[in-house]
Amino acid sequence: MQVMYFAWLRERIGVGAEEVSPPDDVTTVGGLIEWLKTRNDRYAAAFADTKAIRVAIDQEQADFDAEIKGAREIALFPPVTGG
Amino acid sequence: MAVRVQEADFDPGAELEALSSGDTEIGAVVSFTGLVRGAGITGMTLEHYPGMTEKALAEIETKAHARWPLQGALIIHRIGLLSPGARIVFVATASRHRKAAFESAEFIMDYLKTRAPFWKKEAGTDGTSRWVEARDADDSATERWQR
Repeated sequence: MQVMYFAWLRERIGVGAEEVSPPDDVTTVGGLIEWLKTRNDRYAAAFADTKAIRVAIDQEQADFDAEIKGAREIALFPPVTGG
Repeated sequence: MAVRVQEADFDPGAELEALSSGDTEIGAVVSFTGLVRGAGITGMTLEHYPGMTEKALAEIETKAHARWPLQGALIIHRIGLLSPGARIVFVATASRHRKAAFESAEFIMDYLKTRAPFWKKEAGTDGTSRWVEARDADDSATERWQR
């Protein structure tokens, strides 16, 4: 699946999007973030405060409990500030 | 019903004219234009999530149409680098009567602020840059429509 990052999350991680293959026991968005945090210090720092993270699955708003099975595109980003 | 996400500036007068012309049922047109406030900044960069942005804005418009009898609605949001004073966002609604036009324009803006995936980064006059933080007041403004 593709994971996308926006705004300061993108800057802290260093890429805007990447293909990832989490293990089978990673089933939710929350689980995915915990798994990403184990990759290296940059991810761990970027996701240190998960209260500041919002999520969309296949371009629809979702929450941390949402299942990621079958998702094509998971986007993680700070609260939006448009308008 | 229309949604546009673009780098280019737009002409509010021409947009209002286009929205209201040709439909004599329309008795009220309301618009909101958001500008880049210049205090302490040299500019602002608007990032967004291509694809989801357009979907989210279209969903907000659909919600407004379901809630008020609207003859038309338009949302324009700019992206990229914008200077102080530049137009960022434009929302216009057209209805037979003013109440629906006023309320739906505010509804669309409140939802846009909290649901559409845009992020602002300000470049300060002191040479630093910072991501704008979301405001709790914007969440409260959206929540009041859900009561």
